[in-house]
Amino acid sequence: MIRFENVTKRLGRKIILNDVSFEINAGETFVIVGSSGAGKSVSLRHMVRLLTPDRGKVYVGEDVVSHAYGKDLERIRSRFGVLFQSAALLQWLSVGDNVGLPLREHTAMGDEEIDKLVIEKLELLGLEDAFEKHPADLSGGMQKRVGLARAIIMNPEIILYDEPTSGLDPVTSRTIDRLIDDLRKELGVTSVVVTHDLHSALAIGTRIGMIHAGKMVEIAEPEDFIKSDNEVVRGFLEAQYITKEGTWEKEGES
Amino acid sequence: MIGEAFAYIPLAFGKRTRHEVLFQMYTTGIKSLGVITIVALFIGMILALQTGLELRRFNQEVSIGTAVTVVMMREMGPFMTGLIIAASVGSAIAAQMGTMVVSEEIAALEIMSINPVRFLVTPRLIALIVMMPILTVYTNILGVVGGAVVGATQLGVAFNAYFDNAIRYADNKDLYVGLLKAMIFGVIITTVACHQGFGATEGAVGVGQATRRTVIISFLTILVVGYMVTRLFYS
Ligand SMILES: Nc1ncnc2c1ncn2[C@@H]1O[C@H](COP(=O)(O)OP(=O)(O)OP(=O)(O)O)[C@@H](O)[C@H]1O
Ligand SMILES: [Mg+2]
Repeated sequence: MIRFENVTKRLGRKIILNDVSFEINAGETFVIVGSSGAGKSVSLRHMVRLLTPDRGKVYVGEDVVSHAYGKDLERIRSRFGVLFQSAALLQWLSVGDNVGLPLREHTAMGDEEIDKLVIEKLELLGLEDAFEKHPADLSGGMQKRVGLARAIIMNPEIILYDEPTSGLDPVTSRTIDRLIDDLRKELGVTSVVVTHDLHSALAIGTRIGMIHAGKMVEIAEPEDFIKSDNEVVRGFLEAQYITKEGTWEKEGES
Repeated sequence: MIGEAFAYIPLAFGKRTRHEVLFQMYTTGIKSLGVITIVALFIGMILALQTGLELRRFNQEVSIGTAVTVVMMREMGPFMTGLIIAASVGSAIAAQMGTMVVSEEIAALEIMSINPVRFLVTPRLIALIVMMPILTVYTNILGVVGGAVVGATQLGVAFNAYFDNAIRYADNKDLYVGLLKAMIFGVIITTVACHQGFGATEGAVGVGQATRRTVIISFLTILVVGYMVTRLFYS
Protein backbone atom coordinates (compact mmCIF):
# COMPACT_ATOMS: atom_id res chain seq x y z
CA MET A 1 0.00 0.00 0.00
CA ILE A 2 2.75 2.40 0.99
CA ARG A 3 6.26 1.65 -0.19
CA PHE A 4 9.53 3.44 0.50
CA GLU A 5 12.14 2.69 -2.12
CA ASN A 6 15.69 3.72 -1.26
CA VAL A 7 14.54 6.95 0.30
CA THR A 8 17.24 9.35 1.42
CA LYS A 9 16.42 12.67 3.02
CA ARG A 10 18.73 15.27 4.42
CA LEU A 11 17.42 18.12 6.54
CA GLY A 12 19.81 20.84 7.49
CA ARG A 13 23.17 19.15 7.90
CA LYS A 14 21.75 15.86 9.13
CA ILE A 15 20.81 12.82 7.06
CA ILE A 16 17.49 11.84 8.58
CA LEU A 17 16.61 8.92 6.32
CA ASN A 18 19.48 7.03 4.74
CA ASP A 19 18.51 4.74 1.87
CA VAL A 20 15.40 3.45 3.61
CA SER A 21 13.18 0.81 1.99
CA PHE A 22 10.13 -0.85 3.46
CA GLU A 23 6.54 -1.60 2.62
CA ILE A 24 3.31 -1.20 4.53
CA ASN A 25 0.58 -3.58 3.44
CA ALA A 26 -3.04 -2.73 2.85
CA GLY A 27 -5.20 -3.29 5.90
CA GLU A 28 -2.42 -3.40 8.44
CA THR A 29 -1.62 -1.21 11.40
CA PHE A 30 2.04 -0.44 10.99
CA VAL A 31 3.63 1.07 14.07
CA ILE A 32 6.78 3.16 13.81
CA VAL A 33 8.86 3.54 16.95
CA GLY A 34 12.18 5.20 17.59
CA SER A 35 13.82 7.71 19.85
CA SER A 36 12.99 11.39 19.69
CA GLY A 37 14.41 13.01 16.58
CA ALA A 38 14.92 9.65 14.86
CA GLY A 39 12.84 10.70 11.87
CA LYS A 40 9.44 9.20 12.59
CA SER A 41 7.49 12.35 11.76
CA VAL A 42 9.74 12.91 8.76
CA SER A 43 8.82 9.45 7.47
CA LEU A 44 5.10 10.14 7.85
CA ARG A 45 5.48 13.44 6.04
CA HIS A 46 6.99 11.67 3.05
CA MET A 47 3.86 9.55 2.67
CA VAL A 48 1.75 12.59 1.84
CA ARG A 49 4.46 14.61 0.17
CA LEU A 50 4.81 17.25 2.81
CA LEU A 51 8.45 16.35 2.30
CA THR A 52 10.08 15.16 -0.91
CA PRO A 53 12.93 12.66 -0.78
CA ASP A 54 16.35 13.77 -1.99
CA ARG A 55 16.73 10.34 -3.54
CA GLY A 56 14.38 7.39 -3.90
CA LYS A 57 10.63 7.15 -4.26
CA VAL A 58 7.57 6.77 -2.11
CA TYR A 59 4.64 4.84 -3.55
CA VAL A 60 1.02 4.88 -2.44
CA GLY A 61 -0.61 1.98 -4.19
CA GLU A 62 0.36 2.44 -7.83
CA ASP A 63 1.05 6.14 -7.50
CA VAL A 64 4.42 7.72 -6.90
CA VAL A 65 3.40 10.20 -4.25
CA SER A 66 6.91 11.54 -3.86
CA HIS A 67 6.79 13.07 -7.33
CA ALA A 68 3.09 13.79 -7.71
CA TYR A 69 1.75 17.31 -8.01
CA GLY A 70 -1.44 19.20 -8.78
CA LYS A 71 -4.62 17.21 -9.21
CA ASP A 72 -2.75 13.92 -8.92
CA LEU A 73 -1.36 14.86 -5.56
CA GLU A 74 -4.78 16.03 -4.41
CA ARG A 75 -6.28 12.70 -5.40
CA ILE A 76 -3.60 10.75 -3.55
CA ARG A 77 -3.87 12.95 -0.48
CA SER A 78 -7.63 12.54 -0.44
CA ARG A 79 -7.07 8.87 0.40
CA PHE A 80 -5.37 9.92 3.63
CA GLY A 81 -6.43 11.19 6.99
CA VAL A 82 -3.61 12.66 9.04
CA LEU A 83 -3.39 13.28 12.76
CA PHE A 84 -0.50 15.67 13.29
CA GLN A 85 1.79 15.54 16.29
CA SER A 86 0.65 19.01 17.34
CA ALA A 87 -3.02 18.36 16.43
CA ALA A 88 -2.76 21.30 13.96
CA LEU A 89 -6.25 22.67 14.55
CA LEU A 90 -7.11 26.06 13.10
CA GLN A 91 -7.19 28.29 16.16
CA TRP A 92 -9.89 30.69 15.02
CA LEU A 93 -12.41 28.00 14.17
CA SER A 94 -14.56 26.17 16.69
CA VAL A 95 -14.05 22.46 17.23
CA GLY A 96 -17.15 21.73 15.16
CA ASP A 97 -15.93 23.88 12.27
CA ASN A 98 -12.46 22.35 12.44
CA VAL A 99 -13.74 18.82 12.20
CA GLY A 100 -16.27 19.73 9.53
CA LEU A 101 -13.82 21.73 7.41
CA PRO A 102 -12.95 18.95 4.92
CA LEU A 103 -16.64 18.23 4.37
CA ARG A 104 -17.39 21.90 3.88
CA GLU A 105 -14.55 22.34 1.39
CA HIS A 106 -14.90 19.16 -0.60
CA THR A 107 -18.52 18.06 -0.49
CA ALA A 108 -21.81 19.70 -1.33
CA MET A 109 -23.29 18.80 2.05
CA GLY A 110 -25.42 21.32 3.88
CA ASP A 111 -24.61 22.66 7.33
CA GLU A 112 -27.02 20.38 9.15
CA GLU A 113 -25.74 17.25 7.50
CA ILE A 114 -22.16 18.25 8.26
CA ASP A 115 -22.93 19.01 11.88
CA LYS A 116 -24.58 15.64 12.27
CA LEU A 117 -21.51 13.78 10.98
CA VAL A 118 -19.20 15.95 13.07
CA ILE A 119 -21.14 15.25 16.26
CA GLU A 120 -21.09 11.55 15.45
CA LYS A 121 -17.28 11.56 15.27
CA LEU A 122 -16.92 13.74 18.34
CA GLU A 123 -19.11 11.34 20.33
CA LEU A 124 -16.97 8.47 19.16
CA LEU A 125 -14.02 10.22 20.79
CA GLY A 126 -15.83 11.32 23.92
CA LEU A 127 -15.86 14.98 22.94
CA GLU A 128 -19.55 15.70 22.51
CA ASP A 129 -19.34 18.75 24.82
CA ALA A 130 -16.55 20.40 22.85
CA PHE A 131 -18.48 21.21 19.67
CA GLU A 132 -18.80 24.95 20.31
CA LYS A 133 -15.45 25.43 22.02
CA HIS A 134 -12.29 26.77 20.46
CA PRO A 135 -9.05 24.77 20.35
CA ALA A 136 -7.36 27.16 22.78
CA ASP A 137 -9.94 26.24 25.44
CA LEU A 138 -9.11 22.54 25.25
CA SER A 139 -6.36 20.52 26.88
CA GLY A 140 -3.60 19.11 24.68
CA GLY A 141 -5.11 15.65 24.86
CA MET A 142 -8.52 16.93 23.85
CA GLN A 143 -7.02 18.85 20.91
CA LYS A 144 -5.36 15.61 19.83
CA ARG A 145 -8.71 13.88 19.79
CA VAL A 146 -10.31 16.70 17.83
CA GLY A 147 -7.46 16.36 15.33
CA LEU A 148 -8.25 12.67 15.15
CA ALA A 149 -11.93 13.38 14.55
CA ARG A 150 -10.94 15.65 11.67
CA ALA A 151 -8.58 13.01 10.28
CA ILE A 152 -11.35 10.41 10.06
CA ILE A 153 -14.26 12.62 9.04
CA MET A 154 -13.85 11.86 5.32
CA ASN A 155 -13.59 8.11 6.01
CA PRO A 156 -10.11 7.82 4.49
CA GLU A 157 -8.65 4.45 3.55
CA ILE A 158 -5.25 5.28 5.04
CA ILE A 159 -4.74 7.09 8.33
CA LEU A 160 -1.46 8.45 9.62
CA TYR A 161 -1.25 9.01 13.36
CA ASP A 162 1.66 10.98 14.77
CA GLU A 163 1.71 10.13 18.46
CA PRO A 164 -2.04 9.75 18.89
CA THR A 165 -1.83 8.97 22.59
CA SER A 166 0.95 11.23 23.80
CA GLY A 167 -0.37 13.51 26.50
CA LEU A 168 -3.45 11.39 27.08
CA ASP A 169 -4.34 9.60 30.29
CA PRO A 170 -4.06 5.78 30.17
CA VAL A 171 -7.80 5.22 29.98
CA THR A 172 -8.31 7.60 27.06
CA SER A 173 -5.20 6.19 25.41
CA ARG A 174 -6.75 2.74 25.41
CA THR A 175 -9.93 4.21 23.90
CA ILE A 176 -7.86 5.60 21.04
CA ASP A 177 -6.02 2.29 20.65
CA ARG A 178 -9.35 0.52 20.42
CA LEU A 179 -10.59 3.03 17.85
CA ILE A 180 -7.54 2.49 15.65
CA ASP A 181 -7.97 -1.25 15.95
CA ASP A 182 -11.69 -1.09 15.20
CA LEU A 183 -11.08 0.99 12.09
CA ARG A 184 -8.78 -1.72 10.81
CA LYS A 185 -11.00 -4.64 11.71
CA GLU A 186 -14.32 -3.17 10.66
CA LEU A 187 -13.40 -0.94 7.73
CA GLY A 188 -10.09 -2.38 6.62
CA VAL A 189 -8.36 0.95 7.13
CA THR A 190 -4.61 0.94 6.70
CA SER A 191 -2.95 2.78 9.58
CA VAL A 192 0.52 4.04 10.24
CA VAL A 193 1.03 4.92 13.87
CA VAL A 194 4.02 6.74 15.31
CA THR A 195 4.25 6.24 19.02
CA HIS A 196 6.58 6.17 22.01
CA ASP A 197 4.17 3.99 23.91
CA LEU A 198 5.37 0.44 23.38
CA HIS A 199 2.44 -1.08 25.18
CA SER A 200 0.12 0.56 22.74
CA ALA A 201 2.43 -0.40 19.85
CA LEU A 202 2.31 -4.05 20.88
CA ALA A 203 -1.42 -3.94 21.42
CA ILE A 204 -2.51 -2.49 18.09
CA GLY A 205 0.36 -3.11 15.70
CA THR A 206 0.24 -5.83 13.10
CA ARG A 207 3.89 -5.01 12.55
CA ILE A 208 6.32 -2.73 14.29
CA GLY A 209 9.20 -0.94 12.62
CA MET A 210 11.98 0.80 14.47
CA ILE A 211 13.86 3.76 13.03
CA HIS A 212 17.34 4.46 14.27
CA ALA A 213 20.21 6.48 12.86
CA GLY A 214 18.58 6.95 9.48
CA LYS A 215 17.69 3.29 9.00
CA MET A 216 14.71 1.03 9.58
CA VAL A 217 16.66 -1.29 11.88
CA GLU A 218 13.91 -3.80 12.60
CA ILE A 219 10.52 -4.67 11.20
CA ALA A 220 8.65 -7.49 12.90
CA GLU A 221 5.32 -8.65 14.20
CA PRO A 222 4.83 -7.79 17.89
CA GLU A 223 5.58 -11.36 19.03
CA ASP A 224 8.91 -11.30 17.24
CA PHE A 225 9.64 -7.67 17.93
CA ILE A 226 9.98 -8.20 21.66
CA LYS A 227 12.26 -11.16 21.02
CA SER A 228 14.45 -9.19 18.62
CA ASP A 229 18.18 -9.53 19.07
CA ASN A 230 18.87 -6.13 17.60
CA GLU A 231 20.74 -4.13 20.23
CA VAL A 232 18.89 -0.91 19.59
CA VAL A 233 15.54 -2.65 19.85
CA ARG A 234 16.56 -4.41 23.05
CA GLY A 235 17.63 -1.13 24.60
CA PHE A 236 14.36 0.47 23.57
CA LEU A 237 12.30 -2.41 24.99
CA GLU A 238 14.21 -2.62 28.23
CA ALA A 239 13.84 1.10 28.79
CA GLN A 240 10.11 0.40 28.97
CA TYR A 241 10.51 -2.69 31.17
CA ILE A 242 9.59 -5.15 28.47
CA THR A 243 11.62 -8.36 28.45
CA LYS A 244 11.79 -11.19 25.93
CA GLU A 245 9.54 -13.32 28.07
CA GLY A 246 7.17 -10.50 28.81
CA THR A 247 3.48 -10.76 28.15
CA TRP A 248 1.16 -8.06 27.01
CA GLU A 249 -2.45 -7.78 26.16
CA LYS A 250 -3.36 -7.79 22.53
CA GLU A 251 -6.13 -5.34 21.66
CA GLY A 252 -9.47 -7.06 21.29
CA GLU A 253 -8.47 -10.21 23.12
CA SER A 254 -9.44 -9.07 26.58
CA MET B 1 2.48 33.61 -4.34
CA ILE B 2 0.91 37.02 -4.57
CA GLY B 3 -0.04 36.41 -8.18
CA GLU B 4 -1.77 33.26 -7.03
CA ALA B 5 -3.51 35.23 -4.30
CA PHE B 6 -4.83 37.67 -6.89
CA ALA B 7 -5.94 34.80 -9.10
CA TYR B 8 -8.16 33.51 -6.30
CA ILE B 9 -9.89 36.84 -5.78
CA PRO B 10 -12.86 35.93 -8.03
CA LEU B 11 -13.39 32.83 -5.90
CA ALA B 12 -13.56 34.96 -2.78
CA PHE B 13 -17.12 36.01 -3.36
CA GLY B 14 -18.52 32.68 -2.23
CA LYS B 15 -20.59 32.90 0.91
CA ARG B 16 -18.04 31.62 3.38
CA THR B 17 -15.02 33.41 2.01
CA ARG B 18 -16.98 36.64 1.90
CA HIS B 19 -17.56 36.25 5.59
CA GLU B 20 -13.82 35.75 6.14
CA VAL B 21 -13.00 38.84 4.07
CA LEU B 22 -15.43 40.96 6.07
CA PHE B 23 -13.95 39.63 9.28
CA GLN B 24 -10.44 40.53 8.11
CA MET B 25 -11.58 44.01 7.13
CA TYR B 26 -13.19 44.46 10.49
CA THR B 27 -10.08 43.39 12.44
CA THR B 28 -7.87 45.53 10.22
CA GLY B 29 -9.97 48.59 11.04
CA ILE B 30 -10.34 47.86 14.73
CA LYS B 31 -6.68 47.03 15.29
CA SER B 32 -5.47 50.30 13.88
CA LEU B 33 -8.20 52.89 14.37
CA GLY B 34 -6.97 54.19 17.72
CA VAL B 35 -3.39 54.73 16.65
CA ILE B 36 -4.41 56.14 13.29
CA THR B 37 -6.66 58.69 14.94
CA ILE B 38 -3.95 60.01 17.21
CA VAL B 39 -1.19 59.93 14.61
CA ALA B 40 -3.34 61.62 11.94
CA LEU B 41 -4.43 64.44 14.24
CA PHE B 42 -0.91 65.18 15.35
CA ILE B 43 0.57 64.95 11.86
CA GLY B 44 -2.00 67.53 10.73
CA MET B 45 -1.21 69.72 13.71
CA ILE B 46 2.53 69.51 13.16
CA LEU B 47 2.19 70.27 9.46
CA ALA B 48 -0.01 73.26 10.19
CA LEU B 49 2.29 74.61 12.84
CA GLN B 50 5.48 74.25 10.82
CA THR B 51 4.15 75.61 7.55
CA GLY B 52 2.06 78.18 9.39
CA LEU B 53 5.04 79.71 11.14
CA GLU B 54 6.88 80.03 7.84
CA LEU B 55 3.86 81.35 5.94
CA ARG B 56 3.19 83.92 8.64
CA ARG B 57 6.40 85.71 7.61
CA PHE B 58 4.67 86.42 4.29
CA ASN B 59 1.26 87.02 5.88
CA GLN B 60 0.02 83.89 4.14
CA GLU B 61 -1.10 81.90 7.18
CA VAL B 62 -4.42 81.22 5.52
CA SER B 63 -2.66 79.01 2.97
CA ILE B 64 -1.99 76.37 5.61
CA GLY B 65 -5.38 74.95 4.58
CA THR B 66 -3.98 74.06 1.17
CA ALA B 67 -0.58 73.07 2.46
CA VAL B 68 -1.91 70.62 5.04
CA THR B 69 -4.56 69.15 2.75
CA VAL B 70 -2.27 68.63 -0.21
CA VAL B 71 0.53 67.14 1.82
CA MET B 72 -1.87 64.86 3.67
CA MET B 73 -3.58 63.61 0.52
CA ARG B 74 -0.50 63.17 -1.60
CA GLU B 75 2.01 61.84 0.89
CA MET B 76 1.43 61.80 4.59
CA GLY B 77 -2.02 60.17 4.57
CA PRO B 78 -1.13 57.02 2.64
CA PHE B 79 2.38 56.95 4.06
CA MET B 80 1.43 57.14 7.72
CA THR B 81 -1.51 54.77 7.25
CA GLY B 82 0.83 52.34 5.51
CA LEU B 83 3.37 52.44 8.31
CA ILE B 84 0.74 51.98 10.99
CA ILE B 85 -0.96 49.12 9.18
CA ALA B 86 2.40 47.46 8.49
CA ALA B 87 3.29 47.65 12.16
CA SER B 88 -0.08 46.56 13.51
CA VAL B 89 -1.81 44.41 10.91
CA GLY B 90 1.20 43.28 8.86
CA SER B 91 3.08 42.08 11.89
CA ALA B 92 -0.04 40.31 13.17
CA ILE B 93 -0.50 38.53 9.83
CA ALA B 94 3.14 37.42 9.81
CA ALA B 95 2.87 36.16 13.38
CA GLN B 96 -0.32 34.27 12.65
CA MET B 97 0.96 32.67 9.45
CA GLY B 98 4.26 31.84 11.13
CA THR B 99 2.53 30.20 14.06
CA MET B 100 0.41 28.21 11.65
CA VAL B 101 3.50 26.93 9.88
CA VAL B 102 5.20 25.97 13.11
CA SER B 103 2.15 24.22 14.55
CA GLU B 104 1.65 22.24 11.31
CA GLU B 105 -1.66 23.95 10.54
CA ILE B 106 -0.50 24.87 7.03
CA ALA B 107 0.56 21.28 6.47
CA ALA B 108 -2.87 20.16 7.67
CA LEU B 109 -4.53 22.46 5.14
CA GLU B 110 -2.37 21.05 2.35
CA ILE B 111 -3.28 17.50 3.30
CA MET B 112 -6.94 18.44 3.15
CA SER B 113 -6.24 19.91 -0.31
CA ILE B 114 -7.24 23.34 0.92
CA ASN B 115 -4.93 25.80 -0.77
CA PRO B 116 -3.40 27.97 1.99
CA VAL B 117 -3.04 30.90 -0.39
CA ARG B 118 -6.70 30.87 -1.34
CA PHE B 119 -7.79 30.11 2.21
CA LEU B 120 -5.55 32.54 4.09
CA VAL B 121 -3.80 35.04 1.82
CA THR B 122 -6.57 36.08 -0.56
CA PRO B 123 -9.04 37.25 2.13
CA ARG B 124 -6.31 39.29 3.79
CA LEU B 125 -5.19 40.73 0.48
CA ILE B 126 -8.70 41.85 -0.40
CA ALA B 127 -9.24 43.22 3.09
CA LEU B 128 -6.09 45.34 2.94
CA ILE B 129 -6.68 46.56 -0.63
CA VAL B 130 -10.12 47.75 0.44
CA MET B 131 -9.27 49.00 3.92
CA MET B 132 -6.07 50.90 3.13
CA PRO B 133 -7.80 53.57 0.99
CA ILE B 134 -10.67 53.84 3.47
CA LEU B 135 -8.32 54.29 6.40
CA THR B 136 -6.25 56.70 4.36
CA VAL B 137 -9.28 58.88 3.73
CA TYR B 138 -9.91 58.80 7.46
CA THR B 139 -6.29 59.76 8.14
CA ASN B 140 -6.54 62.61 5.63
CA ILE B 141 -9.71 63.99 7.18
CA LEU B 142 -8.34 63.86 10.72
CA GLY B 143 -5.06 65.38 9.57
CA VAL B 144 -6.87 68.27 7.94
CA VAL B 145 -9.00 68.73 11.04
CA GLY B 146 -5.90 68.68 13.23
CA GLY B 147 -4.41 71.36 11.03
CA ALA B 148 -7.57 73.42 11.32
CA VAL B 149 -7.46 73.26 15.10
CA VAL B 150 -3.88 74.49 15.22
CA GLY B 151 -4.73 77.12 12.61
CA ALA B 152 -7.57 78.44 14.73
CA THR B 153 -5.86 78.30 18.10
CA GLN B 154 -2.23 79.12 17.30
CA LEU B 155 -2.21 81.01 14.03
CA GLY B 156 -5.49 82.88 14.06
CA VAL B 157 -6.83 81.28 10.88
CA ALA B 158 -10.61 80.92 11.10
CA PHE B 159 -12.12 77.49 10.34
CA ASN B 160 -14.05 78.90 7.37
CA ALA B 161 -11.03 80.47 5.77
CA TYR B 162 -8.97 77.31 6.36
CA PHE B 163 -11.46 74.92 4.77
CA ASP B 164 -12.26 77.37 1.97
CA ASN B 165 -8.61 77.54 1.12
CA ALA B 166 -8.22 73.79 1.45
CA ILE B 167 -11.07 72.98 -0.93
CA ARG B 168 -10.20 75.64 -3.47
CA TYR B 169 -6.66 74.53 -4.16
CA ALA B 170 -6.64 70.82 -3.47
CA ASP B 171 -6.89 68.76 -6.64
CA ASN B 172 -8.84 65.57 -7.29
CA LYS B 173 -5.65 64.15 -8.70
CA ASP B 174 -4.04 64.48 -5.27
CA LEU B 175 -6.79 62.37 -3.79
CA TYR B 176 -6.65 59.67 -6.47
CA VAL B 177 -2.89 59.32 -6.45
CA GLY B 178 -2.95 59.10 -2.67
CA LEU B 179 -5.58 56.39 -2.75
CA LEU B 180 -3.72 54.48 -5.44
CA LYS B 181 -0.67 54.57 -3.21
CA ALA B 182 -2.72 53.30 -0.31
CA MET B 183 -3.88 50.31 -2.36
CA ILE B 184 -0.37 49.54 -3.48
CA PHE B 185 0.82 49.72 0.12
CA GLY B 186 -1.94 47.27 1.05
CA VAL B 187 -0.60 44.81 -1.52
CA ILE B 188 2.96 45.34 -0.29
CA ILE B 189 2.05 44.73 3.34
CA THR B 190 0.08 41.54 2.64
CA THR B 191 2.78 40.20 0.35
CA VAL B 192 5.63 40.83 2.75
CA ALA B 193 3.71 39.60 5.81
CA CYS B 194 2.49 36.37 4.21
CA HIS B 195 5.81 35.69 2.58
CA GLN B 196 7.66 36.11 5.85
CA GLY B 197 5.04 34.20 7.82
CA PHE B 198 5.00 31.20 5.50
CA GLY B 199 8.78 31.19 5.52
CA ALA B 200 8.97 30.98 9.30
CA THR B 201 10.95 28.10 10.76
CA GLU B 202 12.24 26.89 14.09
CA GLY B 203 9.46 27.59 16.50
CA ALA B 204 8.78 30.78 18.38
CA VAL B 205 12.12 32.31 17.41
CA GLY B 206 11.28 31.97 13.75
CA VAL B 207 7.89 33.58 14.26
CA GLY B 208 9.47 36.52 16.07
CA GLN B 209 11.94 36.96 13.27
CA ALA B 210 9.22 36.84 10.62
CA THR B 211 7.30 39.53 12.46
CA ARG B 212 10.28 41.82 12.85
CA ARG B 213 11.33 41.39 9.21
CA THR B 214 7.80 42.09 8.04
CA VAL B 215 7.75 45.48 9.73
CA ILE B 216 11.20 46.50 8.51
CA ILE B 217 10.80 45.28 4.93
CA SER B 218 7.32 46.82 4.64
CA PHE B 219 8.60 50.16 5.96
CA LEU B 220 11.43 50.30 3.47
CA THR B 221 9.34 49.12 0.53
CA ILE B 222 6.59 51.61 1.32
CA LEU B 223 9.14 54.42 1.43
CA VAL B 224 10.74 53.53 -1.88
CA VAL B 225 7.54 52.67 -3.74
CA GLY B 226 5.85 55.78 -2.35
CA TYR B 227 8.63 57.89 -3.81
CA MET B 228 8.42 56.16 -7.17
CA VAL B 229 4.67 56.65 -7.45
CA THR B 230 5.08 60.33 -6.58
CA ARG B 231 7.71 60.68 -9.25
CA LEU B 232 5.56 58.93 -11.78
CA PHE B 233 2.63 61.31 -11.30
CA TYR B 234 4.27 64.60 -10.41
CA SER B 235 7.22 65.07 -12.69
N1 LIG C 1 12.12 21.25 8.54
C1 LIG C 1 13.22 20.77 9.13
N2 LIG C 1 14.41 21.36 8.94
C2 LIG C 1 15.52 20.88 9.53
N3 LIG C 1 15.56 19.80 10.30
C3 LIG C 1 14.41 19.17 10.53
C4 LIG C 1 13.17 19.61 9.96
N4 LIG C 1 12.19 18.77 10.36
C5 LIG C 1 12.79 17.86 11.14
N5 LIG C 1 14.11 18.08 11.25
C6 LIG C 1 15.07 17.26 11.99
O1 LIG C 1 14.88 15.94 11.60
C7 LIG C 1 15.05 15.07 12.69
C8 LIG C 1 13.89 14.12 12.78
O2 LIG C 1 12.71 14.85 13.07
P1 LIG C 1 11.35 14.12 13.33
O3 LIG C 1 10.36 15.21 13.58
O4 LIG C 1 11.05 13.15 12.27
O5 LIG C 1 11.63 13.34 14.69
P2 LIG C 1 10.68 12.33 15.41
O6 LIG C 1 11.26 10.99 15.23
O7 LIG C 1 9.28 12.52 14.97
O8 LIG C 1 10.87 12.76 16.92
P3 LIG C 1 9.78 13.08 18.04
O9 LIG C 1 9.50 11.79 18.70
O10 LIG C 1 10.48 14.02 18.95
O11 LIG C 1 8.59 13.68 17.37
C9 LIG C 1 15.24 15.94 13.91
O12 LIG C 1 16.60 15.92 14.25
C10 LIG C 1 14.83 17.31 13.47
O13 LIG C 1 15.62 18.27 14.10
MG1 LIG D 1 7.67 13.47 15.63
